[in-house]
Amino acid sequence: MTVRPGPLLLFSLLAASAFAGESSIKLAGGAQSALVRSHCSTCHSLDYIVMNSPFLTRAAWETEVRKMMRVMGAPIPDGDVAAIVDYLTEHYGTK
Amino acid sequence: MVASGIVLADAGFGPRRVRAALPPGTVESEALDTLPGKLPLIKRSFRPPNYESPVETFQDVITPNDRFFVRWHLSDIPRIDSGSWRLNVGGDAAARSFELDMDQLRRDYEPVELVAVCQCAGNRRGLSDPHVPGVEWGTGAMGNARRKGARLKDILARADLKKEAVEIAYNGADRGSLEMTPAFVKSIPAWKAMDENTLVAYEMNGAPLPHWNGFPARIVVPGWAATYWMKQVVSIRALSQPLTGFWMNTAYRIPKGKFPIVDRFTSQETEATAPITEILVNSLMTNVADGRRFAAGQPIEIKGIAWDGGFGIRGVEVSIDDGRTWQSATLGENQGRYSFRPWQFACAPRPSGRMSVTARASSAQGTSQPSELIFNAAGYHNNVVQKIVIDVV
Repeated sequence: MTVRPGPLLLFSLLAASAFAGESSIKLAGGAQSALVRSHCSTCHSLDYIVMNSPFLTRAAWETEVRKMMRVMGAPIPDGDVAAIVDYLTEHYGTK
Repeated sequence: MVASGIVLADAGFGPRRVRAALPPGTVESEALDTLPGKLPLIKRSFRPPNYESPVETFQDVITPNDRFFVRWHLSDIPRIDSGSWRLNVGGDAAARSFELDMDQLRRDYEPVELVAVCQCAGNRRGLSDPHVPGVEWGTGAMGNARRKGARLKDILARADLKKEAVEIAYNGADRGSLEMTPAFVKSIPAWKAMDENTLVAYEMNGAPLPHWNGFPARIVVPGWAATYWMKQVVSIRALSQPLTGFWMNTAYRIPKGKFPIVDRFTSQETEATAPITEILVNSLMTNVADGRRFAAGQPIEIKGIAWDGGFGIRGVEVSIDDGRTWQSATLGENQGRYSFRPWQFACAPRPSGRMSVTARASSAQGTSQPSELIFNAAGYHNNVVQKIVIDVV
């Protein structure tokens, strides 16, 4: 018996494809890019980083990262914050 | 109107000035992208989906559903079946609690229709100088649609509000991808909830709401920033105490005393800040962009829209000499005080050369757009006058 996708399945496929475009986002390389990718992309696409560049200072990037931890509940270990902020400042920040 | 002044060979119509003022990374990461059921919009972020309408969208006074901007805070956005959708009504300041299904919402409450601008509080944030973090919107995080729905006050009447009700809070079905992420919950003052124009809307431009715009029902708060227009609303609670949480206490706040605001949300105010309330008077030129060419010696027609927080548009003035002198534009059809108001300005034929065009709207409340940005750290309420430089050749 042939199973046709019902409307619900079709909807969920469409919903999934809505976010498929984010795989096209390129982040700068560098030692910490994998760390940044894995932490930040848990909750949002990485275009948020590129979009907010290059005008945030190191302190401003740190404020953003800590907001994600404190407010949004991102499970980023304290020990990773400096490396993430370094990367964001170097590639997507300003002095 | 005859568009005889327009050099049709100029295909370079686009929001070039806007692009020039956005952060470089915003321009680098933007893309025209098509969400299911939508026409291509300018993608600012994929997940959660934040998409704005290209400027030419606003040549229509009513924004079509498939071109209407999309803005979500959280990325788990369920597909809702209207048959199983329920709206839970209650709260500590309601004497009764109950649940409504879509048939009851449509059948048991008098339907109301109105046209209203839905504008993200952060519309034009990307044009802030200096830049501030957030979704870096250009001019298209807004739309104007005809809404149909039940009055929130009629629904609250059945809940039998107690006299101590101070705010009405509501939650949508969306969630963050982590358990820890706070739900996007908002409240409005009880007086605003009782306004006859505040709706639980189930139609948009005569059709069901698009999924991305809150199907099957969203709160509509005409005149106020879209942060209060809860999408996929599933619960409404009458509160005797102010709602707390990040989305009320920290986000969507403006410095007190900086903006010409009339509507107050006193239960949420602190000494320094207040929640954003009504939209400030603003305008957008919709048929011109920097570098657009017009023929010398021919009439030049400038078209646009103007809107405000529900006081109504008193007038729009246009300057072609960097603001030294202003002439009145002609206002178009009035679809109500919460709607975009179209306008047009016929400029007498000009010799060749560069020409700057500035538009400035005034509201019936007596305020008009400022000539300098009123800077604030969250990039809200950007209603500084636009200037576009065109070429007459």
